[in-house]
Amino acid sequence: MPVYQLEINDQTFNVEADRDTPLMWVLRDQLNLVGTKYGCGIGQCGSCTVHIDGIATKSCLLQVSQLQGMKITTIEGLSKEGLHPVQEAWKEIDVPQCGYCQTGQIMTATSFLKNNPKPTDSEIRNAMQTNICRCAAYNSIEKAVKVAAKKLS
Amino acid sequence: MKTKQVNKSRRDFLRTSVLASGGMIIGFNLFNACKPDVKPPIDLSLLDYNDFNAFIKISDDGKVTIFSPNPEIGQGVKTSMPMLIAEELDVAWKDVNVVQGVLDTKNYTRQVAGGSQSIRQGWEPLRQTGATARQMLVNAAAAKWNIDPSECTTKEGIIKNSNGDKLGYGEVVKEAALLEVPENVKLKDPEDFKIIGQDISNVDIDKIITGKPLFGLDYKVDGMLYASVLRPPAFGQKLGSFDDTNTRAVNGVQDVIKFGEKIAVLATNTWSAMKGKKALKAEWIEDSKPENTKFHDEKLLGLLDGSSFETLRKDGDVKNAFSEADFVLERTYESPFLPHNCLEPMNFFANVTADKIDLVGPIQTPAGTAYGVAQMLGRNMDEVNLQMTRMGGGFGRRLYGDFAMEAAEVSHLAKKPVQVIFSREDDMEDGIYRPAIKYRIAASVKDGKMTGYHLKEAAINSNMYGLIPNFFPAGAIDNYQVDVANYKSNITTGAWRAPYTNFLASAEQSFFDELAEAMQVDRIQLHLDLLQNVKGTTDDRIQYSPERLEGVIKLAVEKSNWGKTKDGIYQGFAVYYCHNSHVAEVVDLEMQNGFPIIKKVTCAVDCGIVVNPLGARNQAQGGVLDGIGHMMYGELTFADGMPQSNNFDTYQLIRINQTPQVDVHFVESDMEPTGLGEPTLPPVGGAIANAIYAATKKRIYKQPFINNLELEALKL
Ligand code: FES
Ligand code: FES
Repeated sequence: MPVYQLEINDQTFNVEADRDTPLMWVLRDQLNLVGTKYGCGIGQCGSCTVHIDGIATKSCLLQVSQLQGMKITTIEGLSKEGLHPVQEAWKEIDVPQCGYCQTGQIMTATSFLKNNPKPTDSEIRNAMQTNICRCAAYNSIEKAVKVAAKKLS
Repeated sequence: MKTKQVNKSRRDFLRTSVLASGGMIIGFNLFNACKPDVKPPIDLSLLDYNDFNAFIKISDDGKVTIFSPNPEIGQGVKTSMPMLIAEELDVAWKDVNVVQGVLDTKNYTRQVAGGSQSIRQGWEPLRQTGATARQMLVNAAAAKWNIDPSECTTKEGIIKNSNGDKLGYGEVVKEAALLEVPENVKLKDPEDFKIIGQDISNVDIDKIITGKPLFGLDYKVDGMLYASVLRPPAFGQKLGSFDDTNTRAVNGVQDVIKFGEKIAVLATNTWSAMKGKKALKAEWIEDSKPENTKFHDEKLLGLLDGSSFETLRKDGDVKNAFSEADFVLERTYESPFLPHNCLEPMNFFANVTADKIDLVGPIQTPAGTAYGVAQMLGRNMDEVNLQMTRMGGGFGRRLYGDFAMEAAEVSHLAKKPVQVIFSREDDMEDGIYRPAIKYRIAASVKDGKMTGYHLKEAAINSNMYGLIPNFFPAGAIDNYQVDVANYKSNITTGAWRAPYTNFLASAEQSFFDELAEAMQVDRIQLHLDLLQNVKGTTDDRIQYSPERLEGVIKLAVEKSNWGKTKDGIYQGFAVYYCHNSHVAEVVDLEMQNGFPIIKKVTCAVDCGIVVNPLGARNQAQGGVLDGIGHMMYGELTFADGMPQSNNFDTYQLIRINQTPQVDVHFVESDMEPTGLGEPTLPPVGGAIANAIYAATKKRIYKQPFINNLELEALKL
């Protein structure tokens, strides 16, 4: 099997995998970075969201062979010093119900707020629609993104 | 954990002991405590200390740890149940650490998270547990001071006497553990609550938002193989021959194992297992006739038209009332199959070895599942250890242990630790679905009054159960009858969030709206008038309270500005009682390009004392939004026995841009707390249908509602 060099959370990993293996499974099964979740495998639910060069991307759709030289950030690498302001906001609002979707939601929100620090309500709803929350904690997610935007500005 | 001496109360409700490492530990069986009427299978007094599955540990420095064995599916009981203990123990919540304890599945049969019952059943016994521990600590301090315990008070883990002397809990734990366990300790007056009623964050919040391993799919051990299972693609099929040549050629695939009508592909990683499964070639043989949605529709309508019903409740004479009526309104309401779609797909870990069976994963019924595995493999229950993980959603699906049984069987055959993982496609295609159900409701009116009500249910596989036939409007109408019938299908069905009532409430509340219009009376007044008839009822099957339903109706009317909204906003109302809670909801919607956009939902809830308002509000909002999503879009159809959706590209779940704000208002109450995981979901369908009617003059009788709207409108 080929070996790929991946740049994840500012660390370099050499991963042996079939070239079509989705990044999501490499993270979860091989590197024990299980904060990236499997929900659908086809880019529909957003549970597997990571940042590729700072941009929220669904890791179930990325093949391990496509990622040479790119900077991958997972929830585990989101913040070096404790909690990121978005995580702080998530905590303040107590967003999670079952919690399964929440790392993906946070990864989508952090990347979105970085590019759009003062979003309108409809921009928030538009940006966050890439992520499904089966528990429908949507009111809390919306509130938390607003709180996070305030914290970041 | 080494213990020196064990004290126990007469009825073995609690046991305490001194820890060799310092501090005191109090053991109790949570499930036993919460269900005092359920007899444990063996005499508790014969059991070792380990048989207690929940513990309070108070260490020398006064720190309190509560080991909670609760199944947590997202309903917040891992937070709210320890809150009850901490309240009566009289410690500050910030000094409490809640830890998921290991479950004892061997000796208890009642370990279930479901039916929104956990908090209701735990209310008394959990507070008793905390209060008893507190009393022992006080007794120990009083003995030290040589005074009567009644001269002591406590606050946030400190005991005080009238001279102003103070002792922390940690300073008296050693002595306290040796004292006799007092019985019938007095509980706090709700007015004195300091923790109950406060906004408390989920105890797992930090782990969840940083992505720590918590869920079933996050669990792994060295040497574990990932198993992807090929199951019959259609209901009614069994396995013929198969060819695994291509599968075995996939990198990482270690083994292919046939078990029953299924084939497991075992690999060193999930992707290889899934790829290996796709590469299997299998032939399927028809075992029973494959069914489709049109067939189900005809069967169920046939049952409603027929006469093969079982009667679940009969008051007076409906037939007679109908024949004497000024008019009879009759309507039929239809609902499809629904998958659960927990965001974490079904999965389970099993390691079956010669001397024991380890099972780990997300399950709502650990004891039953452990028992099922022992039975299947012909092993003793005491060889089975089942550990629960946090669950990425339940909604009823994780009441069934099919995936755990698969994991155990595959591990047994492979002689390896195995995690069975459902792909999303497996999860949706191999479900235990909410069955398709149809209702026919008829009501008679004479001289402007409702005189009869006849509810018929035709369902796939099984019918409404328990007290559902006695929910509102039972008891409010003299002539009342509930009849049920079912068709046994080869498609597997089971509980889905708020079983039966999840659609029944929508049907009945849509019906009442239409009936009120036909009677030319106000729809809210119609409910209030009917509730008058129930007041003072002596029928003990009627467990809803007319006063509390009245209370939520009035609260919803007030908070929603019912009837006073601005132009272009259309409102729909619904009220319902289920899972011991009373809920009324008002939907505000607006038509945009012929499509209803729900702007706001006002939700008035009476669930007794609200233990944790923060968690309760989240639960209530989630229930409403889940209800909106499934009422608007939810539908699983079948063709040739095969589910026609298998992932989120062909099955629509509600997303954030489709959700309104849900304003939740709790009725102030000093009644015992009741469930919240389910009861806000059922009424919302009726409220939406009624609001759509207000806006369009079109009645909706069929779920999903979106199929009833003009196609033009779908181009959003
Ligand atoms: S798992 Fe990647 S989007 Fe659902
Ligand atoms: S919190 Fe359960 S899926 Fe979002």
